[in-house]
Amino acid sequence: MENIIKAERLKKNYSSFNAVNGISFAVKKGEIFGLLGPNGAGKTTTIRMLTGILKPTEGEVHIGKYNIQKESMEARQIMGIVPEMADAYIDLSAIRNLLLTGELYGIEKEKSIKKAEDLLKMFHLYEKRNQKVKTFSKGMKQRLILAMALMNDADILFLDEPTSGLDVESVRLIRDLIRKFNQEGVTIFLTTHNIKEADLLCDRVAIMNYGKIMAIDRPEMLKSVIKKTSSVEVAFKNLVEEKVFNFKEIIEVKKMGDKFQLYGNKMEDIIFFLINHSQKTNNEIISLKILEPSLEDIFVKLTQKNENF
Amino acid sequence: MRIFEQLKRSFAITKKDLSIYYLKGSVIIQGLLIPAFVFISFILKREMSLDMMIPGLLGMALFFAVSAITPVITPWETRMRTFERLVSSPVYLWAIILGDIMASVLFGLFVVSFIVLAGIILLGVEIISFPLIFGTIIAAFCFSSLGTLISAPPADKPSDIMLIASIIKFPLIFISGVFIPITEMGVLKILSFFSPLTYYTDLARYSIQGTSYFSPVVDLLVLSVFTIFLFVIAVKWHEKSLDKRF
Repeated sequence: MENIIKAERLKKNYSSFNAVNGISFAVKKGEIFGLLGPNGAGKTTTIRMLTGILKPTEGEVHIGKYNIQKESMEARQIMGIVPEMADAYIDLSAIRNLLLTGELYGIEKEKSIKKAEDLLKMFHLYEKRNQKVKTFSKGMKQRLILAMALMNDADILFLDEPTSGLDVESVRLIRDLIRKFNQEGVTIFLTTHNIKEADLLCDRVAIMNYGKIMAIDRPEMLKSVIKKTSSVEVAFKNLVEEKVFNFKEIIEVKKMGDKFQLYGNKMEDIIFFLINHSQKTNNEIISLKILEPSLEDIFVKLTQKNENF
Repeated sequence: MRIFEQLKRSFAITKKDLSIYYLKGSVIIQGLLIPAFVFISFILKREMSLDMMIPGLLGMALFFAVSAITPVITPWETRMRTFERLVSSPVYLWAIILGDIMASVLFGLFVVSFIVLAGIILLGVEIISFPLIFGTIIAAFCFSSLGTLISAPPADKPSDIMLIASIIKFPLIFISGVFIPITEMGVLKILSFFSPLTYYTDLARYSIQGTSYFSPVVDLLVLSVFTIFLFVIAVKWHEKSLDKRF
């Protein structure tokens, strides 16, 4: 499948600070691609360079057949963008915001009105279309901003933390719509620090820290890298202390509320040890789960400060 | 992308600015009252003929009306996170700035026509002339370009920019022959040559009194040069400060 986004040796320096440090990657047409990383990793700077808002210090970006530095208008014409913490014009109504976006993308008036009404219905905002955005909740505003990014029938959607700080209903609606638009052929590039979101939505993820890409692959492939260190989650009827898990095959113990997560290489031996312990102490096991490594485990490993993964 | 298409998109920004920032009762009243009050407070107890007063009032009203809101639009939109959305759309930065300029020009022309009408109806002053109409439009673009130039530093607090605007705008009024004709300014008149407001006031004097310091052609020419210069510098500076704005 052809690449629709291509970043080559992308670098952004602010005085002596390297926000993005020579990254290269490509996104295939029709993919949902996630850029994961902690705050300050360089995700937003990367997305701003990809969308032509910031000029890279070095490197090149290609969007479709366009070079973003040389043909920024043509490239932007095929993109929809939801910047981080972006807001709509709060003194304009929802429909006026959408029609303004239509005008900025050069869409004909009749087509723009039809598209705006369709999007308002899709995002459950049609009833409030004539209300000023300042009366909207955060979730409603974010839905409107996403609708604005879809006004131009974009081939690529850039979403910078699209569900950050939203209520559950809005998050679910936005995720469903992201999947829907992707199924219709729209390529999605999203940045997030919500690992579960990336795991749920993305075909591929890149994990970024200190302005560098630490890993890039399908979520399941990344998980398989550390699969050898699986874990068991156990809960006993009577609460126990951490010290009871003193067993040579358990390499790490984490207390998670009333449960414990035990890491090790030989799961069978650990489970056998737990059953033994339960029988000896007459303390019933009320829950026992074998956990596969999560994307969060990969993320933590890769974004650790010692970078020794 | 064709210039005409960019101009259409620029006009969308103009309409947005007009409905958000200008077409509000308080802004319209301020646009009319502030120059009137400043002017009246200055000319009180001074012997000044109507013919002398009206050009100064026109110049000041246009200058205030056009440059009042433009400097704060960009910092305000940076703060409200709408500017990033605007610059990420397929509209050149010059077209975005031109859209802001056109909104203030339309507002300025509305304020000035109100004053002109009041002058004609209430005071019987003969004001309308082709050079003045043409000059008013150019001057409105010129003063508005100055306003956008003031907003170029990457601030997101409108109050910071308002301070810079006041430091620049108020001295300009006093060196531009608004209250005192250039001929009576002595050696300070050299300063007045660096202010675009000088040439607009001079043009207004020519249209009303029939005499002026410069010829109307020179006034129009210098105003045009100032307009192009200020617009180009404003665009260049905004481009440069864009990286620091986000």
